[in-house]
Amino acid sequence: MKRKILKNLQKGSGTIFLYLVLISISVFMVLPFIWMLSTSFKFPPDIFGYPPQFIPRNFTWNNYIYVFQEKNLTRILFNTLTISTLSTLLSLFFTSMGGYGFAKFEFPMKKMLFSLLLATLIIPGAVMMVPTFVIMREFGWVDTFLPLIVPGAANAFGIFFFRQYISTINDELMDAARVDGASEFMIFIRIIMPVISPGMISLGLIFFMASWNNFLGPLIYLKSPSNWTITLAINAMTGGAGLTAWGEQMAMSVVSLIPLLIIFLVFQKRFAEGITAGAVKG
Amino acid sequence: MFISPFYILFAIFGLYPMLLSFYLSFTRWKGVGDMEFAGLVNFRLIPIDRVFWQSMMNGVILFLLYVPIMLFLALALAVILNSGKIKGFRIFRTIIFLPFITNMVAAGFSFRILLEKQHGLINMLLRIFGIPTIPWLESIWWARVSLSLLIIWAWLGYNMVIMLAGLQTIDRDFTEAAMVDGATPIQAFFKITVPLMRPVILFCLITSTIGSFGLFPEVTTLTGGGPVNATITPLVRIYGVAFNSYQFGYASALAYAFFAMIFLLTVIQFRLNREQV
Repeated sequence: MKRKILKNLQKGSGTIFLYLVLISISVFMVLPFIWMLSTSFKFPPDIFGYPPQFIPRNFTWNNYIYVFQEKNLTRILFNTLTISTLSTLLSLFFTSMGGYGFAKFEFPMKKMLFSLLLATLIIPGAVMMVPTFVIMREFGWVDTFLPLIVPGAANAFGIFFFRQYISTINDELMDAARVDGASEFMIFIRIIMPVISPGMISLGLIFFMASWNNFLGPLIYLKSPSNWTITLAINAMTGGAGLTAWGEQMAMSVVSLIPLLIIFLVFQKRFAEGITAGAVKG
Repeated sequence: MFISPFYILFAIFGLYPMLLSFYLSFTRWKGVGDMEFAGLVNFRLIPIDRVFWQSMMNGVILFLLYVPIMLFLALALAVILNSGKIKGFRIFRTIIFLPFITNMVAAGFSFRILLEKQHGLINMLLRIFGIPTIPWLESIWWARVSLSLLIIWAWLGYNMVIMLAGLQTIDRDFTEAAMVDGATPIQAFFKITVPLMRPVILFCLITSTIGSFGLFPEVTTLTGGGPVNATITPLVRIYGVAFNSYQFGYASALAYAFFAMIFLLTVIQFRLNREQV
């Protein structure tokens, strides 16, 4: 009896310990968000004021009004949304088609092309940075959205993802449609697309997030402030030593998080699928 | 037929840049005007580029600072959440994953406010508890620690989700059988879960290795690469050479040297892993 109580006690304290671990890590995760939010509603003197205020005593919307009125945040959000949406759709379309080709067709040099694709997966972005810039300049695409939209269509990861996905589809469906005289393109649109749409959502979420949060790409290509994306705009709020408008910068940061937060909370399960697809199967 | 549009794009934006970069690395070119063939000059400069080697070193130091802690925490959290004993499993998972969807510019600056030397929240709290304040961003090693904290914050959830998915492929009977045989949960964790999770851990290890050399917004927003280049990464260095000093040829050579070293590191990690099995 005594032993059993002791054991239960041990078990209980073990679980309490686990909760303590989880809670302290959660606090670490949430703290930067809370401080960001709190700073965004503060007047400058309170931002680094003592004692620290989690809920601002002098609450203000000024920082938000400022970034929308003076920093053209609506335009910047529109730019970011345009780039992210178009690059996601384009990448999904081309990589799913490429994946279909690799999964279901035989063509000359297929093996070699596939290994070439594999090779590009391990090449770091640093290698591509300069030459891609040179090419984009030749095209006259610098300071347009195109360098941030078009190259994503040749995304090797997407090809792998869809090849895997499509190779599980039964050939009979396609053959039946072929007998009925459907064109290959129609087969892709009518038969393949519906089957892979869950995968498209998963991968699309990842593409969208990567594009929305991209900093280096816009930094290289977008020169005029009216073309900036959200990450560039947040970055540009930094002045020299001590000149940063922290409240305004945090207001912009809060705004930058909201769209992804909503998407993430709605599609949480698909999101996790997109992330784990490459890792666990490989 | 179906892959042809993809391959046209791939040729223009994948293959051609790779070859162009290789060619550029043998030239001296400011980005405008004539390209001057320079032979191996750029590659001779690499061994004496102290900032570049510092940045490679920083990559290694950062890797050692955050990767072991992060991967251990990620696996431990995944095991805890997977145990079925935790109420609010979903809430914890969501909270821990949330930083991953945050852009690193916003995150970097909010860490900078938190870690400000005199009046940042963290140092103020330390002072309230009578603990001496920490020069988070001003000293060489603390700046590296701060950067590591930011990376752990951002990537712990990602690694945890991958480990969780990995755990679901492992039969829970293994660990339960061990516990019935008298193993403590901690023994079961190290003797059974860790070995079975090896491929997944290796995946996380390799992505983190590549990641720690390729940090960019994290560095420019939180520490600006300082103090005295202590937190600059190879990607930041190559970007600077290319787009601040417009040495396109040299930047390409650096990029290839960087690629070669990363490739080597990845191969070594694979080999080590295979030998241990």
